[in-house]
Amino acid sequence: MTVHDHGDHSHPEHDGHDAHAPVDDLDHYAPESLLMEQALRELLIEQGVFSAEDIQRQIDLTESRTPALGAQIIARAWVDPAFRAALLEDAKPALGGAFALDLANTPELTVLENTAGLHHVVCCTLCSCYPRNILGIPPAWYKSREYRSRVVIEPRSVLKEFGTELPAQREIRVVDSTADMRYLVIPLRPAGTEGWDEERLAALVTRDSMIGVSQALAP
Amino acid sequence: MGKHVHDMGGDPAGPIDHGEHARTLFDQRVDAMLRLLAHPQKGYFTVDAMRRSIESLDPQAYHGLGYYERWMRAVRQLAIERGLVSQAALEQRMAAIAAQRGGKA
Repeated sequence: MTVHDHGDHSHPEHDGHDAHAPVDDLDHYAPESLLMEQALRELLIEQGVFSAEDIQRQIDLTESRTPALGAQIIARAWVDPAFRAALLEDAKPALGGAFALDLANTPELTVLENTAGLHHVVCCTLCSCYPRNILGIPPAWYKSREYRSRVVIEPRSVLKEFGTELPAQREIRVVDSTADMRYLVIPLRPAGTEGWDEERLAALVTRDSMIGVSQALAP
Repeated sequence: MGKHVHDMGGDPAGPIDHGEHARTLFDQRVDAMLRLLAHPQKGYFTVDAMRRSIESLDPQAYHGLGYYERWMRAVRQLAIERGLVSQAALEQRMAAIAAQRGGKA
């Protein structure tokens, strides 16, 4: 079930040929969609609303955000209680300080800590809101009708589809994201990692564990 | 008042497909256009306006189109609403590109 985020691949070439875009993929689109995209992009560039370079820079920025960043943040939170407290209290300033992330123009971010008694799962029932500035592009299943419909009423069976079985007495809290509020989960630190440094710990933090459909990997 | 098409929390649905799709250049460009236009310093529109635009797609379009194709229609709608382009200019350009590509409308 492991899926790979595409953000850690090489960046698209600037001449418009993108390794992620074999021509066949375009068959899945309505021809009108492709015309609409090119026409609107060209017109807005001609009118100076943005430039072709702006588009490329934005694509590069988006592709540069991957779950690896989230994993570093979680590993820091595991080893540094003061940082963890700051993150839980007010995430954006805490990240601006410790990770030099400029999140000024991004939606609010709430960090939720899993404990032995409480497990958080993040979803967006209405659309696909996701902490993109930390984790990159959401996985396809996060945007799917199936996940959005079901996780809020039967989280345990949804988690089971991800191979995650939690103790029956552990409360599961599902949080529903909005355009203005995104969530990041601090998974439980795995047992047997006492004394590990941040780099080793970060390797145990998966994207799915920060969404809450999985736990961090066992050492 | 009935639920809108996007409001699917709690609806019955089947097993989750864990497959991943590679993002195409189309997807990346639509995403980039939205982000540039909705950036607070540009302020052409907000993410909330974008959601309203996606959520007001008719159910057939909502379910029949791919994720970024829905976004594309929403960005188009907002660009017209905000007066960044006229519908006529957009249609004219689409027809010109189609003609260039070999006559497909």
